[in-house]
Amino acid sequence: MMEVADSHAQPAGFIRRYVFSTDHKVIAKQYLLLSLTMALIGGFTSYLIRWQLAWPETDIPGWGPIGPDNYNAIITMHGTVMVFFVAMPLLLGAFGNYLIPLMIGANDMAFPRLNMMSFWTLFTASVVLTISMFVPGGPAAAGWTSYAPLSDNPIYTGVTWGQNLWILAVALEFGSFLMGGINFLTTTLNMRAPGMTFSRLPLLVWMETTAAVVFLLSVGPLIGGALMLLMDRTLGTSFFRADGGGDPLLWEHLFWFFGHPEVYVVALPGFGIMLEVMPVFARKPIFGYRPMIWSTIAAGLLSFVVWAHHMFVSGMDPRLATPFSVTTILISVPFAILVFAMIATVWRGAIVLSTPMLFALGGLATFIIGGVTGIFLGSASTDIFLHGTYFVVAHFHYTLFPVTFFGGFAGLYFWFPKMFGRMMNETLGKIHFFFTFVCFNFVFIPLFLAGLKGNPRRIYETSSYDFLKPVQHIHVIATIAAIGLLIGQLPFIVNFFYSMMRGEKAVANPWQANTLEWTTDSPPPHENFRTMPIVYRDPYEYSVPGAPSDWIPQNEPPEPIYPISAAAD
Amino acid sequence: MLNNLLPSNVSTFGADIDHVFWLIFWIVGIWFVAAEGVLLYAIIRHRKRAGAQASYLPGNTARQLAWVLIPALVVLCLDLGIDRAGASAWEREKGTPPAGDVLVRITAKQFNWNFTYPGPDGKFGTADDVTSENDLHVPVGKVVRIELQSEDVIHSFFVPEMRLKQDVVPGRTIRGWFEATKTGTYEIACSELCGFGHYSMHGNVIVQTPAEYAGWQRETWPTRTAANDAVKGTGTR
Repeated sequence: MMEVADSHAQPAGFIRRYVFSTDHKVIAKQYLLLSLTMALIGGFTSYLIRWQLAWPETDIPGWGPIGPDNYNAIITMHGTVMVFFVAMPLLLGAFGNYLIPLMIGANDMAFPRLNMMSFWTLFTASVVLTISMFVPGGPAAAGWTSYAPLSDNPIYTGVTWGQNLWILAVALEFGSFLMGGINFLTTTLNMRAPGMTFSRLPLLVWMETTAAVVFLLSVGPLIGGALMLLMDRTLGTSFFRADGGGDPLLWEHLFWFFGHPEVYVVALPGFGIMLEVMPVFARKPIFGYRPMIWSTIAAGLLSFVVWAHHMFVSGMDPRLATPFSVTTILISVPFAILVFAMIATVWRGAIVLSTPMLFALGGLATFIIGGVTGIFLGSASTDIFLHGTYFVVAHFHYTLFPVTFFGGFAGLYFWFPKMFGRMMNETLGKIHFFFTFVCFNFVFIPLFLAGLKGNPRRIYETSSYDFLKPVQHIHVIATIAAIGLLIGQLPFIVNFFYSMMRGEKAVANPWQANTLEWTTDSPPPHENFRTMPIVYRDPYEYSVPGAPSDWIPQNEPPEPIYPISAAAD
Repeated sequence: MLNNLLPSNVSTFGADIDHVFWLIFWIVGIWFVAAEGVLLYAIIRHRKRAGAQASYLPGNTARQLAWVLIPALVVLCLDLGIDRAGASAWEREKGTPPAGDVLVRITAKQFNWNFTYPGPDGKFGTADDVTSENDLHVPVGKVVRIELQSEDVIHSFFVPEMRLKQDVVPGRTIRGWFEATKTGTYEIACSELCGFGHYSMHGNVIVQTPAEYAGWQRETWPTRTAANDAVKGTGTR
């Protein structure tokens, strides 16, 4: 018990307070800073990729020419960095850590030291990955999916330590989020304030916790797989080598058994953020709170039985394709419920198009495209043609970009006042949204068309194929838009750092929102709440008929004059 | 404009694949327009105005939820229709292949496609095997059965105009088939990242009239002799 008491006292020294901190709010900001830093690498690699595709083998401004082996390394780094070191640290690490304790009315995470260890393990993973880009032999170049035997034997790529360090970095990242996931789950189960029943939990908490469980249940086999791959490379085993009795398809199964649930690990928190923002700026309750939770859980469960849709043409038994097709396409039902309920949440609202709301709505609008194009890939028949083409690239960017960046920016603009005690600039925010939304669509709609022409992904230059000559101008359009998308992030960077220092001081509840994080100071004190909150209400009681104002915080005691609150729960 | 969306199709089963593609295209196209339309309408129509309050619609009654659940039920029914159409198109291309007129073994290696014909005796591994690098000659209107093998890493045999794609995995022999409906030269692309030369690992399917194909056979295939039928070396594969 002494230990627990110690970890709750505000530490005095700079290092214990801001570096090796156990405070979930400090750790969340560390995750945020790490993910934004890694996003610079992820963004820069996308610039190199796009430039090469539009104007092959020219000098890339700020870099120089890239060859085919470098190109393969750059796409590998782009995917790895964006999925594992930007999306997850941002959506789970930063928002999950910051908001779960504040939203459920706890003074910290259940295991503050484990939380600190999770972050520093991720930091180590990021350092290892960064080092891997500079070792002799070059960085890993087998794609972010690292299919064996290309990733398994250096003779096929010439990459030696780059691939080993890549495996190590990814395995450390998994370990980090395993620890984080245990913390999320335990905190949500055990640390809720009095009155914070499961049916009063904000949806973001539901989504973060479901994501943590999905991650915990799916990543184990791939941690084993990563070690097996490392042993194949360093100790002469042959788990994934056919000539030694192993099977390359085993890696694909292990990878995608994790890889598909991983999409939901990222998507659910992104949705959760949009779902917190929408009721506040539509001044309406969430439409169908319970069906949304059931849909979330259903999508989470279904995500475990769809992985082979990444492998329809992999050489696995073709009789498996139709069952996996059916489960995959079935996922459209819970996602349709989520999307329809989100639209119904803003329907007949009093919508304020603030920057967070613009990003939340933009995320929903673009995610719909990602959702409907998934049907083409979920059907094994059409996937024969579309698998491994730019159609897939466009599709998954239309799912992951909306949740990671539209969702992430919605969350940053929304909770920035809570995190840093100051408001962000709305004008710069709207300019940022406009550039992001327009340019993003101009990058990836054209790439759907390239995919429909059969343009394979991971191709260093399209001009090596005659049938792709008509596609070349599509790549030019996409590249110009991608450069616009990157430049469009500058207003955000300026806004973020300027507002942190000079922004207008934020009040405790600038958006008149109901959930518990808005009942405490901006930024919250060390133990989050001056008096620990008691919860009396559902999280989204906006525009309740007969109530004196259009919002009723979760911790406001019930009074008989609001008839609707008697029905709460 | 829409009929230019996909490359023209030149295989028998490709027509089935395209049929499923257009089925999905129209179903999801209508949903896409409807969902974005309602969302856009709500954003424009239900902007905050002075004095107006938002409607309190928590969606906790069956009557309200029907607005979401009935469309979701329609989605489910359409899903099952897509599943059914997709399953039969898949079965035709990837199920048990029909009896073949021509047999070819396709060997992929960094960064080439090798096509081996069994020669006049119809058996692989004998002296009369014929190997062609990067050019696959086949007759139009005949079932071509293929056996795919890899010498190193995973490759993927992709002929866009035939809607044909199959990964080639070391340690396995993967069987498939196709039947071309139109003569011409169609490009083969590798569509699984296989190393630094991946982008240039291309070949051609040369679909010829039966007469042209026979002519190519006369020029390049050896005549059948006992010596040619003998099994080559120790390499019986």
